[in-house]
Amino acid sequence: MTQIGQTAQMRLEGVSLSYGAKLVLSDINLDIARGEIVSVVGPSGCGKTTSLRVLAGLVSPSGGRIVYEGTPLSGPRRDIAIVFQDYGKALLPWRTAYQNISLALETMGTDKSERPDRIHALLKLIGLGNHADKFPSQMSGGMQQRLQIARALAQEPSVLLMDEPFGALDAMTRQTLQDELLTLSTKTGATIYFVTHDLEEAVYLSDRVVGLLPNPGRVGRIFDVNLPRPRDQLTTRESPEFLHLRHELYQFVKGAEQ
Amino acid sequence: MTAPAGPTRPFDWRPLAVPLALITAWELAMVLGPATTSETLAAPHAVLVGFFTIVADGTLLTATAQTLGAALGGLAAAVAIGLVLGLVLGLSALIDMLLEVSIEAIRPVPSIALVPLAMMIYGFGYRMEMSIIAFTAMWPVMILTRTAIRDLEPRLLEVAKALRMSFSDKVMKIMLPAIAPRVFVALRLAAGVALVVAITVEIASNPQGLGAAMILAQQTFHPELTLAILIWIGLLGYGINHALLYLQRRLFAFGTGSEVSHDAR
Repeated sequence: MTQIGQTAQMRLEGVSLSYGAKLVLSDINLDIARGEIVSVVGPSGCGKTTSLRVLAGLVSPSGGRIVYEGTPLSGPRRDIAIVFQDYGKALLPWRTAYQNISLALETMGTDKSERPDRIHALLKLIGLGNHADKFPSQMSGGMQQRLQIARALAQEPSVLLMDEPFGALDAMTRQTLQDELLTLSTKTGATIYFVTHDLEEAVYLSDRVVGLLPNPGRVGRIFDVNLPRPRDQLTTRESPEFLHLRHELYQFVKGAEQ
Repeated sequence: MTAPAGPTRPFDWRPLAVPLALITAWELAMVLGPATTSETLAAPHAVLVGFFTIVADGTLLTATAQTLGAALGGLAAAVAIGLVLGLVLGLSALIDMLLEVSIEAIRPVPSIALVPLAMMIYGFGYRMEMSIIAFTAMWPVMILTRTAIRDLEPRLLEVAKALRMSFSDKVMKIMLPAIAPRVFVALRLAAGVALVVAITVEIASNPQGLGAAMILAQQTFHPELTLAILIWIGLLGYGINHALLYLQRRLFAFGTGSEVSHDAR
């Protein structure tokens, strides 16, 4: 069903995590292929975000390990970038859009002379070309989240970890950003690990959807999404296959809640 | 004469009605009343004349320079020490725990009680005054810096962690800018404290500055000069606070909501 072996770029091997006596993640096994888009869904408290934090190297698993490009992951890496849900908190409010992206390049030691071109290219790529000098507080939620994505892309990541990135945005903005994300994924070839509570979003974006079960968080079922690409907000969402998957996912999550 | 108010806002004169009425009543009472000569009170016009006298002969300027110089020097030391201490205490729970008792024992000492000790060490002059100002004004800076570090947005620290920032980058690019608005509030508090302590020390012992000038005027039976200096000190404090408020709005205009809209008015 899933590709195993050399094709796996990232691999969770029996990952478990406990906070004190509470087991949050239990024996999670998952192979993620290079360039794949994997979404994670499940009822609240099933450890979606926690699994992302483990993959980010922000939390070390209590048991098992993460293997990244053949070697065990020991902490955060610059080629694994994170996009948080709360863009308002993750951006530096005292820096302009330009300067927020610059933060990533400064930290990575990118040559000073290269930075302006790179930053302007990223701003343009993400649709913020005319907003370089705006502070986050002067931007809409959608623009702020775009900016955070641009900052993540400045790291030239092989893997993009996204924690409910569009959860706080209105429906129209969310759909626009979903399509932009798909375009970015084709352009950059980055692997995307996408946590969401929006089942349709999960199906629309992904190659595979991982359904987690709660108490403790564990893999319940993995759904393969064989919808053709490029995807389209209307035709894809209206296709029988899409509706069928949505139905299955809905029943899975509903069942998991009980 | 008035402090730099909002540049575009039309000036509202109404709040001045009450003080003007009181001053007029005071003037009338002094001129028409029985006590036309007094050793404790002076009429507003006499205060005004006294004010211009000490402006003209340079006394006021010298005294003001001495007081502000001491206050500024002490304030600079207070901010430097308070900021470093606050950073260390905010970052290290261990050091905070180790120093807690010592700090809480020293902090409540009234500034004026340090005058004899400071005088023994430094004698009269700037250094004695500045050391007492620094001691008193550093606490608000230290406490607000420590709290600001503790309250840092955890998400920002995660961003730093995910980017694998070096410790110095984390301090310079994340922590210090993030706490800057609150440290500036501490600076404003400390500036107020510095002026109060400067004048207190001058009144109590140090023979220089506005405080000493007031004592001299009082001892030589010049109530009009005492009052003129008193009003001048009030205006200075008002001016400094408003200048700092203005600066605060300028520096932190990126902040969410209030400051930006404030500026836009």
